[in-house]
Amino acid sequence: MNKKMYVASLLVLVLLFVAGCGKKEAPPEQATAKPEAAAAPATKIDPATVATVSGTVKFDGTAPKPQKIDMSQDPACKGANETETVEVSNGDLANVFVYVKDGLGNYAFDVPKEPVRLDQQGCRYHPHVLGVMAGQTVQINNDDNTTHNIHPSPKDNREWNESQPPKGAPITKDFARQEVLIPVKCNQHPWMKMYIGVVKNPFFAVTGKDGKYELKGLPPGTYTIAAVHEKYGEQDQTVTVAAKDSKSQNFTFKAGAGGAGGQ
Amino acid sequence: MGRGAGFAPEARHKNFIASRSTGIISLNRPRSQPLNSVVTPYNRAHHWFVILLACGTLLLIVAGALVTSNDAGLSVPDWPTTFGSLYRIPPMVGGVKFEHGHRMVAELIGLLTIVLAVWTWRAERRSWMRKLGLVALGTVIAQGFLGGLTVLLYLPPAVSTAHATLGQSFFCLIVIMVMVTGREWMEAQPIMVVERHRPRLRTLVTLAAGSVYLQLILGAAFRHSGIKLLPHLISAVVVTVLLLWTITRILAEHSAVPQLRRPARALLILLLVQLGLGFGAYLTRVEWGSVAAQPMLSMVFATVAHVAVGALVLATSVVLAFQVYRHTSPQAEIVVAHPASAKVVA
Ligand code: HEM
Repeated sequence: MNKKMYVASLLVLVLLFVAGCGKKEAPPEQATAKPEAAAAPATKIDPATVATVSGTVKFDGTAPKPQKIDMSQDPACKGANETETVEVSNGDLANVFVYVKDGLGNYAFDVPKEPVRLDQQGCRYHPHVLGVMAGQTVQINNDDNTTHNIHPSPKDNREWNESQPPKGAPITKDFARQEVLIPVKCNQHPWMKMYIGVVKNPFFAVTGKDGKYELKGLPPGTYTIAAVHEKYGEQDQTVTVAAKDSKSQNFTFKAGAGGAGGQ
Repeated sequence: MGRGAGFAPEARHKNFIASRSTGIISLNRPRSQPLNSVVTPYNRAHHWFVILLACGTLLLIVAGALVTSNDAGLSVPDWPTTFGSLYRIPPMVGGVKFEHGHRMVAELIGLLTIVLAVWTWRAERRSWMRKLGLVALGTVIAQGFLGGLTVLLYLPPAVSTAHATLGQSFFCLIVIMVMVTGREWMEAQPIMVVERHRPRLRTLVTLAAGSVYLQLILGAAFRHSGIKLLPHLISAVVVTVLLLWTITRILAEHSAVPQLRRPARALLILLLVQLGLGFGAYLTRVEWGSVAAQPMLSMVFATVAHVAVGALVLATSVVLAFQVYRHTSPQAEIVVAHPASAKVVA
């Protein structure tokens, strides 16, 4: 009898322990870390001297055909049904995340108060690639008549997974650390995938259908500019801008390659 | 000791020790007792209930495999609630259909396992069987927690792999219970087979069943992105060699014993099917499926079938192992082929 009691209480203990572990990991509501820039001695940018770097991201070779998406799993899902992984028109590559990776030294940047929006519409994410500053709010909206779950799987930021009911209240989140690119997924609708680029500075852009990007307001200096594509990886280029300069810097991604081939 | 004497707790205890010390069956038991059925009569209803539970568990494994193959594990972010409710059924669309469906089947199996533990406790007089009922209950509870944990931790490979492995272990346990509550196991006298070759059948079958278990852990670890596929493929060769060795030995030399022949034959067929499905899973998941926009039907079919048949391969090899232990002597060689006059040399 005693032995039985012992085994039973042991079992209960183990279960409580397991349950406890589960609770501990339940997401705390707010990300705690503040942008790291706050600690460094701040240098202000002189608006009179700022320069611009812009350019086009090209695609070399035959682009893979967009794949068909089958949305029949959920009758509430209707919309464009092709993947956006590789979007090429006239040799221009869309959905490339371009940002200043290095060279900004001690400049301090205010985090914009206004949030960036991520919309779920027709069981697709809009936009497919989103840029945001570390610490800036991302507002997630669900315009669909179905439940979505939003699950980013970052490496350097805190992971979370939340569901949002049909046309539910917006969810607001932020990412504390720089990370390019964080994949985001919906597990209700496994074709729903997008990427978020989180950067410590405000110099980032996502190429549109014309493959163009523009980084405005850069102080004079030498910078590493990175162009990152979800499938073709990253390309880095160095550019030096003088005061009020306007420089052009193009990137080319090659079919079948993973990142090589800048110019 | 007659049947009634088995009710005395000490007697039960002694039997347990005796059977443990010599493997599954005990040759040292007084001849007047039928082996393994000292005190418990065959209970048809209980046996059929365990069969029902085994079938339900296979269904649960299929439901669980559907969740993984459809990448739906996180479609319901909370646990033990589903979208905040313990009992409300959400709209069964998209990933929720698989995730919540799996949870519902699992809850049913959990309930049935409680019934199993209680019923076994009351109906069984073999104390190890009563304990097995409790172990099954403990396993199903732990399995539920692992499932919840993996959702709350966003599917870490180690926890998901543990959940997959424990699920298959639970299925094995229930299949073992099906076997030992069967009429054949409880009432028939084992026929002791004469072995002429080395390695001994017990060694072979233990290695074979062990390798299948390892194989499913490697498969689950790959499936949950914990490791590469190569270990699973290398291990598949080892599993195939060991299983074929065991099976051919039995079919060539002991096919007169139906308790060995039947699982050996079933295992042969299951192994061939499983190899084919493994190849299909490889093609649809790795070769064609890695760039797919969403889980393809062919991939879901091949991988789910591969998981389910994997469970059957494991359970059948464990059943075969039990039967081999039951029908061979723990000592090196046996000269006489009938237990009534079995004498052990060396
Ligand atoms: C020898 C017999 C084999 C057994 C018993 C076996 C068993 C298993 C099991 C149980 C799983 C899934 C584990 C889980 O998630 O619960 C699995 C996964 C897998 N196995 Fe095997 N396997 C065998 C042979 C093979 C072979 C020969 C191949 C390839 C040619 C293969 C390819 C795979 C693949 C690709 C997966 C992952 C499926 C997925 O991603 O969903 N297996 N295996």
